[in-house]
Parts: sequence; structure tokens; C-alpha cells
Amino acid sequence: MLLDFFRKKRKSSAEQAKERLQIILAHERVSNKAPFLDDLRKDLIKVIAKYVEIDPDQIDVKLQKDNAIEILEINIPINK
Amino acid sequence: MAGKVLTITSGKGGVGKSTTTANLALGLALLGKKVVAIDLDIGLRNLDMILGLENRIVYDVVNVVEKACKIKQALIKDKRTDNLYLIAAAQTRDKSAVKPEQVIELTDELKKEFDFILLDSPAGIEGGFRNAMLPADEVIIVTTPEISAVRDADRVIGILEANNKKEMSLIINRVNPTLVKKGDMMSKDDVLQVLSIPLIGVVPEDENIVSYTNIGEPSILHPNSQSGKAYKNIVQRILGKDVPFMEIVEKKGLFEKIISFFKE
Repeated sequence: MLLDFFRKKRKSSAEQAKERLQIILAHERVSNKAPFLDDLRKDLIKVIAKYVEIDPDQIDVKLQKDNAIEILEINIPINK
Repeated sequence: MAGKVLTITSGKGGVGKSTTTANLALGLALLGKKVVAIDLDIGLRNLDMILGLENRIVYDVVNVVEKACKIKQALIKDKRTDNLYLIAAAQTRDKSAVKPEQVIELTDELKKEFDFILLDSPAGIEGGFRNAMLPADEVIIVTTPEISAVRDADRVIGILEANNKKEMSLIINRVNPTLVKKGDMMSKDDVLQVLSIPLIGVVPEDENIVSYTNIGEPSILHPNSQSGKAYKNIVQRILGKDVPFMEIVEKKGLFEKIISFFKE
């Protein structure tokens, strides 16, 4: 305990709050901007599952903004 | 005359929207602007009590939009200044009783008479929020430096952007300097870094607000109150004046000063 005292200070709760917000908001801002992403994900699973076996949890749909263009990135790992 | 519609909103409830609306409305009126404040939190009227005008309500905003009375009949004049009027929320109806087009029609009419129309919005992003958002020329978002309030504020900002409401500014309310210093509350700069919209005011936590609300006298009427000073500055900024942000410092008694002297 005494050692803890001399160790590096833990992050303050305000710092932690800010970090948590930055992470969660980065995520939420994307999904707020393109509310169709969730439906798109569901439809893609339906279509692709018709042809190959996939794990729905592994599908990752992202919308990124790179200057002027927006990139829709869809990652679907296919099971062997 | 072409008045300006200012909407005061937030994501989370209980961050001080109505208190802010009351103070800004009164502050603008005391500087000679003709102001009408409309409580759009239908079903949960509050602004009337904060302004101390609850006894004077005959007609409310639902009566007006349903054309059960004339606008003039629903305008409740403030006791302290001839420049401020209130249109109260209906208490017996719900938020679906008013449609955005009706509020726009009402604000368009009021713009002819008033310099500022302040809309006190309900919290959140449901129907009532659209009523207050769509007529707005400028939107003021109120948040406290708490994680849940900031997150919800971000959501509201996102929705405003999606609706092409670009004139937004932020009030950070209930900042407690002691907690900020201890690192247990996000500072003004922390919140700004996360939300990144222009800041229009920082209001310190003020324990007197409760008693001011109890007696229906917004803090802007109390010259020595810290929050009242902060609201005065915001009023100046709304009027386009460049006022420096006051530093929010701890107010300590002698005893606390001695203790903190030994602590440091």
C-alpha cells in the first residue's frame, strides 16, 4: 500500500471519462450517420449465407470518411 | 422586425435547460430586447415556475396552436420587465399535441413582434424535440460535464447536423471547480475536445439555484451569484459581443483555506 503511494498515479476519473467518451462517440457517430448499416449487415448475411457458410458474428461493416470520399468497408470471413 | 428563434435543448434531462432558458430570456429582456420564451416541454411544464409566473397562466401553447385562443391571450407578461413574455406548456396533453409546422407558424408570427423567441425544448430526441428543433435559427445545447450527459449531447448534435442545423453552440452547466481540480470532473476543455462545437458559456455549479427556483427568481437577478454572472456573459455573447470566459474558481471559507494550505 505504501508502495502504491509512490508509484505512478492512476489516471484521474475525469481523464478516464474523456477517454471512454472519445472511444464510444467515435463509434456512435458512424452508426448515427448511416443508420442503414445495421439493416445492410442483416441483408448481406442473408444473401451470402445462401452460398457459403459464414459466422454472423465475424461480419464487420464500417463506414469511414477519408477526406471527400466515404468508404464502405465490409469484412466477411468465410468458413472453410 | 425579424426576430431570431433560439432553441435551448439537451440530450439528457435534468441538465438545466429550463433554468438556462429562463435566465437567458430574462437577461436579454433586461437589456431591452423584446423576448418571448415558449415552453415546449408539453406535459411537464416548468418554465413558468422558474420564472415565477405560474399563477398567471390562462392559455397555453396547445391552446394557441389549436387556435382555441389568440396568441396575444396566451402571452404572459413578466412581473419584472415589460420586455419578457412567456407562453406556457400545456400540462394536460402530451407531446403529440403540437406539430413542428404549427410551432413554425407560431414562431413566424411572433418574429414580427419580438427580437428573440426562446424555445425550451424537451430533453431527448423524440417527437417533442423536432417541435423545438425545426423552427430554430440557432440551437444552444446544454450539457453538464458528466459522461452520460455529454454522450447524449453528442447524439443531439449529430441529429442537428443531419437536419442541416449548423448554428449550434454549447453551454457547459454545473461545473464544479473543486472536482475539476481533483480530476474527478471533466473540465471545460475536456468536454469541448469531445464535442467540438463552439462554446457560448460555462456555468459554475451554484447551490443557490435551488432557492432561486423556489422563489421564482432566476439567478441573473442576483448580482452576486456566480451562475448569474455566467448567464449575463452568455447573453452578451448571444448579442454578438466578445466577452472573455470567466475563470471558475473555488469559493473557499477561511477554514477550508487553512486546511488546503496544509494539504498542499
